[in-house]
Amino acid sequence: MNHYFSEIFTGGKSLLDGLVVTFKALISPVVTVQYPREKIDISPNMRGHIDLVKDLETGQHRCIVCGLCMKNCPCGAIVVKGEKQEGVKGKVLTIFNLDFSKCSLCGLCVESCKKSAIDFSDEYELAAFSREAFHFDLLKRVQQDDTK
Amino acid sequence: MDFIVDIIAKYSLVRMLISFLLIIAIVMLNAIVMGYLERKICGRIQRRWGPMEVGFHGWMQMFLDGVKLLAKQLIVPREANPFLFRMAPLLCFTPVAMAFAVIPFSESFYAMDLNIGLIYLLAMGSLNVFSILIAGWSSNNKYSLFGALRSVAQNVAYEIPILLSLLAVVLVTTSFNFKEIVDYQSGLLSFWMCQPVAFIIFLIAGCAETNRLPFDLPEAESELTAGYFTEYGGFSFGLFAIAEYGNLFIMSSVATIMFLGGWNGPFGLDFYSGPILGVFWFLLKVFILMLIMIWVRWTYPRVRFDQLMNLSWKYLIPFSLINLLITAFIVKII
Amino acid sequence: MGTLTTRFSTIQDPDEKHRFLLNMGPQHPCTHGVLRIVLEMDGEYAMGIDPILGYGHRMHEKMAECRPWSGFYPNTGRIDYGGAIPYNHGYCALIERMAGIEVPERAEYIRVITVELNRISSHFLGVGAYVIDLGAFTPILYMFDDREDILDALEDITGSRLTYCHHRVGGVSKDIDDVFIRRTRALIKTIRSRFDMYDRLVTGNIIFQKRTKDVGIIPVEMARRYGATGPVLRGSGIGFDIRKNEPYSVYPEFDFDIPTGENGDAFDRYMVRMLELEQSLRIIEQALDKLPDGPVMAKVKRIKLQPGDCSFSVEAARGMLTYYLVGDGTNVPYKLKIRVPSYSNLSLLEELCKGSLIADLVSAMGSLDLIIPEIDR
Repeated sequence: MNHYFSEIFTGGKSLLDGLVVTFKALISPVVTVQYPREKIDISPNMRGHIDLVKDLETGQHRCIVCGLCMKNCPCGAIVVKGEKQEGVKGKVLTIFNLDFSKCSLCGLCVESCKKSAIDFSDEYELAAFSREAFHFDLLKRVQQDDTK
Repeated sequence: MDFIVDIIAKYSLVRMLISFLLIIAIVMLNAIVMGYLERKICGRIQRRWGPMEVGFHGWMQMFLDGVKLLAKQLIVPREANPFLFRMAPLLCFTPVAMAFAVIPFSESFYAMDLNIGLIYLLAMGSLNVFSILIAGWSSNNKYSLFGALRSVAQNVAYEIPILLSLLAVVLVTTSFNFKEIVDYQSGLLSFWMCQPVAFIIFLIAGCAETNRLPFDLPEAESELTAGYFTEYGGFSFGLFAIAEYGNLFIMSSVATIMFLGGWNGPFGLDFYSGPILGVFWFLLKVFILMLIMIWVRWTYPRVRFDQLMNLSWKYLIPFSLINLLITAFIVKII
Repeated sequence: MGTLTTRFSTIQDPDEKHRFLLNMGPQHPCTHGVLRIVLEMDGEYAMGIDPILGYGHRMHEKMAECRPWSGFYPNTGRIDYGGAIPYNHGYCALIERMAGIEVPERAEYIRVITVELNRISSHFLGVGAYVIDLGAFTPILYMFDDREDILDALEDITGSRLTYCHHRVGGVSKDIDDVFIRRTRALIKTIRSRFDMYDRLVTGNIIFQKRTKDVGIIPVEMARRYGATGPVLRGSGIGFDIRKNEPYSVYPEFDFDIPTGENGDAFDRYMVRMLELEQSLRIIEQALDKLPDGPVMAKVKRIKLQPGDCSFSVEAARGMLTYYLVGDGTNVPYKLKIRVPSYSNLSLLEELCKGSLIADLVSAMGSLDLIIPEIDR
């Protein structure tokens, strides 16, 4: 009999306690942002798809076509090709394609590049209607991009 | 202008038509306002905004949802019973609209003044079990059947505490008429003060009658996909939702009339009362109760089925019976 | 996919003609993933339970046999997406044990810090999902709000928020900086201050207690028979934790307790997870205080996996995780076997919930904290 009443009492108190907690949350400020009208700043270390880095001094990319990123990629997403041109030491980059639909964002390519020629970008709003939109031509991107 | 007032005064048919239209309008308006409030408050409790897209702070959200529901196809499953399947939402909506006919919004603003107003209202409120059972059965879906069966037991079990707690008030006022009950409460004394136990029991049992959390087993979203209205889409589902909010309004208004003093102003001051202001006080009290129900919904988990039955038979009914006995005792002596 | 058949193609007992089969199908709000459970129902009681797996099979173990050992890192993050860093850790430690590589101390401390942070976020996710199965829609959102601090801190050093790929053989790929340390100390304080709120909102709530106490009681010998580990086993009273029983990495240097339950019901498992949050915070604090300087990556030459086998166990958020590798002399593994904790925990379900109500089945399954893609791998 005692247990019956004590249960009612403690139960009722716990229920009111819960109501107080939600009431406090009701009058607290909101923690979400109205995306896409407001956006949060992204951490600079976030992993987007990779991009060739434009060297600030030379204005060119730093890739020496060693092919380590292509070898180390577990998903086969990178295709790097170069050719020997006369008068230039080492290989010259002709094709650098990234198939982002296969990429798993592991970062092994960035880690294995000895010249720091590739790095993560910070693009995350990549919705498209076709697969071809995710086949990036990184050489064209670094040559076109004057604002970086 | 006088011509129109003449017609209204002479032909009761015209009055019936106008009140019918007004009732439907109020039911729909209530669903829209309550649906919007529920989503906003749910959002704020969860520390997010709720609907924000359409209009300022999303006030048009429910209108657009209604349009979307109207535009969807009403699919009837192949093996379902076609007549019963289509009847169930209408059967859910009609008692709600009929019960609204009797609710007095103020001393002179009501559709019907029945001498047995309370009994009529409770009878309408118990008809929603029918529709849930029919909906669950005719859907030819095991999940819906589960929801329907649970709902029958739940509604039947919680009718009794409702009736017993309201009986305690009726014993004191010796009348079923809403007007007389509210007039009895003018002045400082409202019934929630002299019948606190009955008030709390009525609120809990009312929550269970309208299938709201923590008693929403018939439509338990995480156990049984959607319970008894799994198979309904489009405006049939919309009718179920309108009926649910309508039931909530009815329960809250019964609580207001019986326990909180209906359309009287606070502290019995006559200055603030009157036929028009009475509507304002009534709606304010009803909305406060409905907001409490919404607040409760987003705080607690769901009770299990046998615990639900336990709560009714072992806790609510004994307390309401004892309350009734004590009230009868005091009324007889005093 | 072939035919995924169930044992219950017909009702077993000819006398029980009123029973029926209910399919808690692959798409269900509360099965935490794509799990199909066929229930033989007698009214509201589940008399027979048959879980059917395979809807989320992604062939991780086969992928390990087709690419060099260094290409398996991204897979480890995706086996259990709720708590991915222990999976990284286990795989890297396995290859290190096989090849005999010494990991620098700073890297070990960073590994422990990230593992414990991930354990906290995984417990928040699991407990939040459990409570939403029971019908309370708000605690999960409060827990997600607390998780945001952890995810932001981890995003800064690993680059990802959910499927981490941070540990490498020989250390970690990125060092932590002062910003991370400051953030972590701040979030330790924030999370500690929220425990009281969860106590009042969830733990003390009488409806929650009635749904979880005396539900899904796992006796000790049943847990032993099925090989249950993690909070499922600790809720029944056995304090078995790989971090204390077979210590690895730098865990012996930290001072922390292993919370256990008494009865083995769903409430005890929930309490074990909530108490483990505090212990993880203690470990992180001690690790931040004792953090040494130094390199974070050892010099790793080309590794060829020598012929033979090797195994390594770590304590993931859900239990004991074991990697078993068979090498054949090349740098591509011959066979990799991953023993995930949720597989053994799920196998308990049939014997545990035979003859119980559906509501109790839902409650017991949620308290086991399963992640189905991890079971299917």
